[in-house]
Amino acid sequence: MVAVVPARGGQAAPQQVAQRSSRTGYLLLFPGLAWLAVFFAIPFVTLFLTSLQQPIPGKSGKYQFGLEFGNYATALSEYWELYLRSFVYAGIATVLALAIAYPLAYFIAFRAGQWRSLMLVLVIAPSFASFLLRTYAWKTILADEGWITSTLNALHLLPEGRILNTGIAVVAGLTYNFLPFMILPLYAALEKIDPRLIEAAGDLYASPQTAFRKVTWPLSLPGVVAGTLLTFIPAAGDYINAALLGSTGNRMIGNAIQINFIQFRDYPTASALSFMLMAAILVLVFTYIRRAGTEDLL
Amino acid sequence: MRWLRKRLVGIIAVLVLVYLFIPIAVIMVLSFNNPAGKYNLSWNEFSLAAWTNICGVPGVCSSFVTSIEIGIISTIFATILGTMISFALVRYRFRGRSTTNLLIFLPMATPEVVMGASLLALFLNLRFPLGQLTVTIAHIMFIISFVVVTVKARLQGMDPRLEEAARDLYANPRAVFRYVTFPLVLPGILGAALLGFSLSFDDFIISFFNAGTLVTFPIYIWGAAQRGIPVQVNALATIVFLVALVIVLSGQLLSYRRRKALEAR
Repeated sequence: MVAVVPARGGQAAPQQVAQRSSRTGYLLLFPGLAWLAVFFAIPFVTLFLTSLQQPIPGKSGKYQFGLEFGNYATALSEYWELYLRSFVYAGIATVLALAIAYPLAYFIAFRAGQWRSLMLVLVIAPSFASFLLRTYAWKTILADEGWITSTLNALHLLPEGRILNTGIAVVAGLTYNFLPFMILPLYAALEKIDPRLIEAAGDLYASPQTAFRKVTWPLSLPGVVAGTLLTFIPAAGDYINAALLGSTGNRMIGNAIQINFIQFRDYPTASALSFMLMAAILVLVFTYIRRAGTEDLL
Repeated sequence: MRWLRKRLVGIIAVLVLVYLFIPIAVIMVLSFNNPAGKYNLSWNEFSLAAWTNICGVPGVCSSFVTSIEIGIISTIFATILGTMISFALVRYRFRGRSTTNLLIFLPMATPEVVMGASLLALFLNLRFPLGQLTVTIAHIMFIISFVVVTVKARLQGMDPRLEEAARDLYANPRAVFRYVTFPLVLPGILGAALLGFSLSFDDFIISFFNAGTLVTFPIYIWGAAQRGIPVQVNALATIVFLVALVIVLSGQLLSYRRRKALEAR
């Protein structure tokens, strides 16, 4: 996550002029790229082939090579609801995270002064405590007898009378867990904005609201796009929050993939589910990037 | 009212930071708890039992050590491979730059569950035995991209005139690298290694798919979540959190001091 924080120091060093061209470049690239090719790219091929396998007759739990495209139809008819729920939960969590992260990122970029580095450390620090334990801690915070639930209940704001084991808890967990992925890219984009542009808007009699709408927000869009993607993608594939904070009625697609792969050992179905998840995310991401007009982000 | 409007962003910012730390506070407080039932979810009474007998529950410390081993080995490999790629990307011309960039970008944009599942599909089809080796292979794979991005940013932010100056002073390429380039990039490499270790140490989804019967610290917590997480886990997580925080803060302090010293000169 530190990765998305740009190197400090506003003035960019002059671009490297003399780029060397030699065998050394390829030698430097080869081992790392080979690792990614063998353990990241090729597995997608095996995943696809596994998704088309068919059961060996007479041997339950064993599969052989096949072109069983029907696996996709069965998987989809059984689990389409979980895809829908994953994208809805992840979408709501992304919007909430954007609303929570923007003021903080804005403050760190423009107002924090000498506290800037310290605040950035504080943003990533919670990630040093176990992801699973942090999610588990929300069970304590959102417990039925806890003050958050009782306060909201007193105001009659909870349709099910509780938060834990409902979709609200799952979305709350997703929002919390992926918040740093939203804050850091937003900060990186806001930090690049020349504050004089905002001052200029004020000098030209723009109200603070207009200056924000016409100057700050449009200039921060690359950060908004990067942040929403970095939040939405892991949130859509996550199953820890649904498993720890939700009930069986709040399962997401990741839960189905995990159970089919590891408990049921139904490899073709599980592979088909993963392959469709990846395809759906890629389609969503590319449509989104095109609509936001930030193709050069990639 | 004006006072409030002027400080509204600051107040919200502080509240968001507090929000980020609420679960951390819960983890820490519950590490001093003596839970009433098997679930350590609500406060019962103060106890130091978990802290004085931190390995008291079977499996906790061994899974912790396993995660540290995997973290160290995969961080070393991924940092070396990723740093090499960053140097090639910034300093050398080569063909297939867009494919390279895509291969580095995609692992960061793929849900963990898909990466874990596809790697498991590979290992199953090869009949490769699952265990510490397969988990380490997986961790190296997903850390590389984060190392590349971090080290690349540092390399690009470097002033090339420093290296030119060294060359003008008749330093040979090896000396330039050893005395100028490497020391300047080192903070970036160390930052990348720290990031890589924390990603590896905390990874659950990819590890769980490829672990077989191996139990890492997150896998232990996942299993324990059903039957009640022992208080010792909270104590260990508190230690990890504080150690990481101290390392990062001292790194920050060091670079702050260095900057001040340079300005004073």
